[in-house]
Amino acid sequence: MALLEVDDVVVQFGGVTAVDHASFAVEPGRITGLIGPNGAGKTTCFNVITGLQKPTRGHVRFADKDITSLSVHRRSRRGMARTFQRLEAFGSLTVRENVKVALDIHRGLKGLVQRSATDIDALLERVGVAAYADERADAIPTGAARLLELARCLAGDPQLLLLDEPSSGLDESETDAFGELLQELTREGRAILMVEHDMDLVMGVCDEIHVLDFGKVIASGRPAEIRTNPAVQKAYLGYSDDDAGAEAPAEQTRTDLAPVGAGGYADPYDEGATTVIPAVGGPGDQETR
Amino acid sequence: MSSLLSFTILGVFSGAAYAIAASGLVLTYTTTRVFNIAHGAFGMLLSFVFWDFSQRQGMPVWLSLFLVLFVVAPLFGFVVQRVMTRGLGEAPVSVSLVVTVGLFVGLIGLAQQIWPPDARTLPFFLPDSGMQIGEVYVTAHQMITIALSVVVAAGLYLLLNRTRIGTAMRASVDNPDLLKLYGGKPSQVAALSWAIGSSLAALAGILLTPVIGLDYYELTLLVISAYAAAMLGRLKSLPLTFVGAMGLGLLQSYAVAYLPSEGAFAGVRAVVPALFLFAVVIVMPQAQLRIGQVKGLVSAPVPSLQRSVGWGVGLVVAMAVVTLALSDSNLLLAGTAATYAMVMLSLVLLTGYGGHVSLAQFTFAGVGALAYAKLDSPNLLGLFVAAAIAALVGALVALPVLRLTGLYLALSTLAFGVLMDKLVFQASFAFGFNGSLPAEPMSVLGIAITEPRVYVLLMVMFFAAMAVALLALRRGRLGRVLIAMRDSPAACGTLGLDMRWFRVALFGMSAGMAGLAGALFAGLRGTIAATDFQLLSSLPLLLLAVVCGVTSATGAAFGGVFLMLLPVLQSNHPELAGLAFAVIGFGAVALGRDPNGLANLGFKLGRTLGVRFGPQVRGFLPALPGGGARREAGSMAEPTTPERTPYDDLAGPRSGDQQEEVAVGGTARG
Ligand SMILES: Nc1ncnc2c1ncn2[C@@H]1O[C@H](COP(=O)(O)OP(=O)(O)OP(=O)(O)O)[C@@H](O)[C@H]1O
Ligand SMILES: [Mg+2]
Repeated sequence: MALLEVDDVVVQFGGVTAVDHASFAVEPGRITGLIGPNGAGKTTCFNVITGLQKPTRGHVRFADKDITSLSVHRRSRRGMARTFQRLEAFGSLTVRENVKVALDIHRGLKGLVQRSATDIDALLERVGVAAYADERADAIPTGAARLLELARCLAGDPQLLLLDEPSSGLDESETDAFGELLQELTREGRAILMVEHDMDLVMGVCDEIHVLDFGKVIASGRPAEIRTNPAVQKAYLGYSDDDAGAEAPAEQTRTDLAPVGAGGYADPYDEGATTVIPAVGGPGDQETR
Repeated sequence: MSSLLSFTILGVFSGAAYAIAASGLVLTYTTTRVFNIAHGAFGMLLSFVFWDFSQRQGMPVWLSLFLVLFVVAPLFGFVVQRVMTRGLGEAPVSVSLVVTVGLFVGLIGLAQQIWPPDARTLPFFLPDSGMQIGEVYVTAHQMITIALSVVVAAGLYLLLNRTRIGTAMRASVDNPDLLKLYGGKPSQVAALSWAIGSSLAALAGILLTPVIGLDYYELTLLVISAYAAAMLGRLKSLPLTFVGAMGLGLLQSYAVAYLPSEGAFAGVRAVVPALFLFAVVIVMPQAQLRIGQVKGLVSAPVPSLQRSVGWGVGLVVAMAVVTLALSDSNLLLAGTAATYAMVMLSLVLLTGYGGHVSLAQFTFAGVGALAYAKLDSPNLLGLFVAAAIAALVGALVALPVLRLTGLYLALSTLAFGVLMDKLVFQASFAFGFNGSLPAEPMSVLGIAITEPRVYVLLMVMFFAAMAVALLALRRGRLGRVLIAMRDSPAACGTLGLDMRWFRVALFGMSAGMAGLAGALFAGLRGTIAATDFQLLSSLPLLLLAVVCGVTSATGAAFGGVFLMLLPVLQSNHPELAGLAFAVIGFGAVALGRDPNGLANLGFKLGRTLGVRFGPQVRGFLPALPGGGARREAGSMAEPTTPERTPYDDLAGPRSGDQQEEVAVGGTARG
């Protein structure tokens, strides 16, 4: 039984169709990947799911209820939390305070009469930002700030975690640790939907992957199927010759950690065609700070 | 029948002028994301320039008009954009509002300085011509205005749809990043739109001046009509803005025609734009949360409870000594400073911690004062009732904008201020027309405090207590949530926080604090009048609060003193009255980007000195109450990490904008 269902969602910005009749589902206890070239509409999907963006049409169902018209905070209270591609940490609070706020919000009035059992320091330790506990959130490295956003989500004990490019800014060993953390979280029964440009990570941890291109879901399946899917290769590489090889995209990941030009707007219509391998790893989110 | 027709024509005339003004406002806002509160002030200043050219220097009207509209105004808009408002679109709404309010006040000051108050008139265009339509005579001026609004609409349509740069401008409305795709340079687009906006403000001002007079304030407040009209198109759509402007013009005209001109409705004409604005705000759909935060803007310094109590007690003791030496009139000034400082504290809560802006904080003080003045033998309880009433009114003002935030909230406060100024405070149940009300001094524990010195000390105590309470709130759970809401509304929402009632409560609390200050002020002064709480004094208040530091109690204390000194300076040197405003206004333009203000510089300096000389100094000093001496250099608030300036880390997220247009993070990514 799917925990989250995105059903025929369309989002239009003026003339641009950012999400085009996209449908996919997220199962509990699993890591679902949402990948696609830059500008494919992944973040927009997240915004629709969390209520930050009204869809032009289509529905979102969560735990068997239609939540399309619910407000952002109501959806969250039903058990979903997200991180942001562009950091949304509370910059002028410390890392620990960030999590405290999340906990306070989650507990609401109950927090006034009853101490929380959640151990904030243990939580920080778990996601790996304990070293920064007393630093201002806008003064820590991006990778750590992304982990902080995850810690903040976990303070509310959500059923569904939506992670938007969580690993950008992490080095290789940190990424590995992060992958393990994700799997641990799913073993607790949570569902994870993750947008990610690091193909090693995606292929390594995801149970299922949906591929978006120009707002359309062009493929869904297990990592191995996605890897060899010609439509996916075409979307990423601009061609699907056999000589590109099934392994080609995976070989050249981690390019997302390489610095990328201005980090400004890149025309999605251009990107897919001209950028060869890095489009998979993608420029991702080069830092917001 | 003929009267209906003539009022309709009058309405269409003002509607046309509003449309011209409003379209300029929309143009600059959509292309640069800076809402120019000073748009009306542009029109005011440039109308004065037009008067100067055509009347004082005697140039032909057509030449003056040409020079103003096509040379002076565009140049002025261009320079303002380049020098003062550049990059503000990326800043939080509170910052861009403060900077443009700075312009608003600064330009009024400048105009007063260049053209000191005097009777000036501007004739209608072609005053002797007109046309008889049926039973109604339409003046040439009216026809010209209506025709010009059509020309402006057509011109903007052609510009936006038929030219390259216009296409770039249109692209930047929806998505600034698309701009580059169309080959537009954002800096060019910004400069051009401000140049055009400035010309349109000038044109609207010049067309309306013969009707409303060459007045610093009336013309400046034209911005309210302009944005009320623009609000119908969500500050974005030009066609809807024209519809809104016409609707507003007609409504206003019919209000004059068909509402009784006596009694309660007498002031309605002046407040039609405000009412129109509230109506539009109420029917506007729910805004979406803004994504794309502004990072760690304010390093709110928060001293410990002990320390803040220590400084509070220190302040009261110091004032107890200082007031011994003050004459009665100076005591009154000290009490005034304490009042202002308390009102500024209310801004520390609202703006410094909450990130919202109120442009009518004195109006809330006025509500508190009014409520207090109505009390018989007021005591502490009465004082708090007065504050509670102000808080309730504040919450009510924030209520229609439950679904909207930021810019709209601030704009509503401005409209609310006008409403109170022109309608409510003037009403017979309030101060009455040009009237005043007596207020009794407060009694504490049954003893009326009639001795001014004691009363002033009481006010200082209230300031200290409010500051201590505010800092305690900031350190606590609620304070943390407030800061979180300011730093990232999107994150708060997705973590499950319903921010709407929080905002209403925040606004109410802030208004209550201002109301308390107003009530105390009423008791101090003995008589109060509507002029004590004018909307327009709320603007220098906001500016000084920000310049002195709207994130700390220390900033509020200094801000209060400076604001008290302002009228003193102005009455001692009337020739500098305008200049003082100009200095404050442009000072805020320069410093408004850092809400930590001068107080924070003081903290930094104190810390540096403390590190260097602290050990020696400590040796000589007795311990301060509350363990204040544990820190080296004393300051009311303890600096945390004030090093970063607000923009250091503003790496491009598009924000600054009203939440409804989602600046989705992924947009700008490549
Ligand atoms: N608020 C907006 N207004 C206009 N267009 C938008 C807006 N948000 C997104 N878009 C457009 O929608 C499309 C999809 O954007 P989205 O951010 O969802 O892509 P993404 O898959 O997350 O890309 P990335 O990998 O770069 O993060 C892009 O073409 C983008 O320009
Ligand atoms: Mg994205």
